[in-house]
Amino acid sequence: MSFEMLLSNAAALVVVVPLLGGAIAMLLGSSRLAWSWSLICALVTFSLALVLLAGVLGGQNISYEMGAWVSPLGILFEIDALNVLLITLVSAMGLLALLYGLPTIDQEVDRHQHAMFFGTFLICVAGLIGVSITGDAFNVFVFLEVSSISTYVLVAMGSKQNRQALTASFNYLILGTIGATFFVIGVGLLYMATGTLNMADISRVLAETGSDRVVRAAFAFIVIGLGLKTAMFPLHTWLPNAYAFSPSMIGVFLASTATKVALYMLIRFLYSVFSAGQSFETAMFDYVLAPMAVTAMIVCSVQASFQSDVRRLLAYSSVAQIGYMLLGLSMGTVAGLAAALIHLFNHALMKGALFMAVGIAGLGLGVVRISEMRGLGKTMPLTAAGLSIAGLSLMGVPLTAGFISKYYLVIAALERGWWWAVVAIVVSSVLAIFYVGRMIEVMYLQEPPKTTDDAAVTVRSPILPLIALYVLVIANVWFFFDPSLPMGLANTAANELIGGGGS
Amino acid sequence: MDFFVGHFNYWVIITLMMTGLYVVISTGNLVKKLVGIGLFQTSVFQLYISLSKVRGAQPPILEKLPKYGSAEKTSQTVTELTATIPQVTALDPASVYDPLMGVVYSNPLPHVLILTAIVVGVATLAVGLALVVRIREAYGTIEEDAIDEAEYKIEVNAS
Repeated sequence: MSFEMLLSNAAALVVVVPLLGGAIAMLLGSSRLAWSWSLICALVTFSLALVLLAGVLGGQNISYEMGAWVSPLGILFEIDALNVLLITLVSAMGLLALLYGLPTIDQEVDRHQHAMFFGTFLICVAGLIGVSITGDAFNVFVFLEVSSISTYVLVAMGSKQNRQALTASFNYLILGTIGATFFVIGVGLLYMATGTLNMADISRVLAETGSDRVVRAAFAFIVIGLGLKTAMFPLHTWLPNAYAFSPSMIGVFLASTATKVALYMLIRFLYSVFSAGQSFETAMFDYVLAPMAVTAMIVCSVQASFQSDVRRLLAYSSVAQIGYMLLGLSMGTVAGLAAALIHLFNHALMKGALFMAVGIAGLGLGVVRISEMRGLGKTMPLTAAGLSIAGLSLMGVPLTAGFISKYYLVIAALERGWWWAVVAIVVSSVLAIFYVGRMIEVMYLQEPPKTTDDAAVTVRSPILPLIALYVLVIANVWFFFDPSLPMGLANTAANELIGGGGS
Repeated sequence: MDFFVGHFNYWVIITLMMTGLYVVISTGNLVKKLVGIGLFQTSVFQLYISLSKVRGAQPPILEKLPKYGSAEKTSQTVTELTATIPQVTALDPASVYDPLMGVVYSNPLPHVLILTAIVVGVATLAVGLALVVRIREAYGTIEEDAIDEAEYKIEVNAS
């Protein structure tokens, strides 16, 4: 197989490599061997994603016909500015999570399960990339379930640390399955109404025939189903425990990718399949999505402020941040959608870094609760610094990526005339200062707990997790000074989705 | 009345669907929750299958290919035909020989989709049951209330 052929098939390989790599990793048995193999697979996947990114940045969208079956009949992989952002994000986070994961997994998972663990992780990556890349509505369901089922397993692997991981995983399984089944009902109804499963084709048929009751029912089912997977406000109850009790590497990966991919799918269906502007959709945006988003931003920020478990705090904050993204997309304008996409990207960077920093602290000092973070600034200075910078980004302080996305969201809200949304953004940011500030205060202003020889010791952190953490921390600062990559893609995507109609 | 009889399949499916969903929500027993999920998913499978049914149509099976005559060759010719379909659709439809011309048959696509969905359902059920086994080992019960109570006791003792 020549190199050109490899490149032209990159769209398929980006899913196939982690999928097959995962199966092989499970057979390897040895922990270190499986980890190295997974790392290689993740690296190859990331390179392939970069190839796709370069192709899209070069100005042309890539479509790939699976098995050379012509588009409305066969499964089409379609890559444009919108999903190439997701594909790059998922593959990069998969790579970083693996880089980060080895020492933490040594502590959190039994050694004989490591090969299975890394294999399942790669399959989860493959599923998420598959959801982002495919242009076929039923294929979305299959990949969504590939990623979800492996996620249930991975979350449950936290049970060595805390048995609540099992119940958290079970709740996630029940709600995730209900969500996926709702989605399938919606797709079935759409197939009933249009006779096709290709998303572009559905959109074309809907534009011709208009909507009837079946289409509206399909719309409702799909929004609720994907809303469950996205952790849209009242449907988010599975999320905090799943993030808090999973192995820390999985917390990092899920917080930065899983809900984002579901959100991407929601955007795809809202704006591309049911092309925005149909009256029932605009009504849904104004009267359901936007109020829910605002409620999430405030209520979940308040809930985050009252958590004593650090990872639960971050998880509740995630639900609030998803509120920001939903608010952006419910505006129905190019600026709003672009702001939502930029925030989606930036939030992955900051939450990934925060979960990593907390995981490293947990590895060194067994930190679970905020009170146990006392004096972390002295005992683990690098980790504490990383956590603070990512925390500042979460607040939206200038000089961090978080500022960029909040700034554009506020601009978009003003443009739309939604002053109450601006108020909500400000209130939610103030609440973020409370919960992030609480961590920073405990880390820097309180004395570390006294050890036996009466001296505060500096705990050495393993190097690989720190590298992964600092890649993300630097990215958080970098994308303030040079936000052209996510912004360029987000603007192109928003223009294509809203301006270009059904394409 | 015609409306009710004509949509008979939907009434059955909606009843099953809501029963399944209700079981998931109402019961505290984890195994029963999985039973509810199973019922819910199966009703969706039936939705897909019933919508592909065409009244008075035959199953979507190629019985014979008149052009090639004998039935032994059928499987071979089907493979050939499948291999050429991407090209076939590009041609003028009138010039293409269609072995199913004039035959009314049910839509096979939803069946294929549901085959995949069944596999997904089985995998979910397997993971779910495995989790229930582990929960039972960890807590000694599979009742949600008892599990919550056990966790609450730990929480109170810790603080």
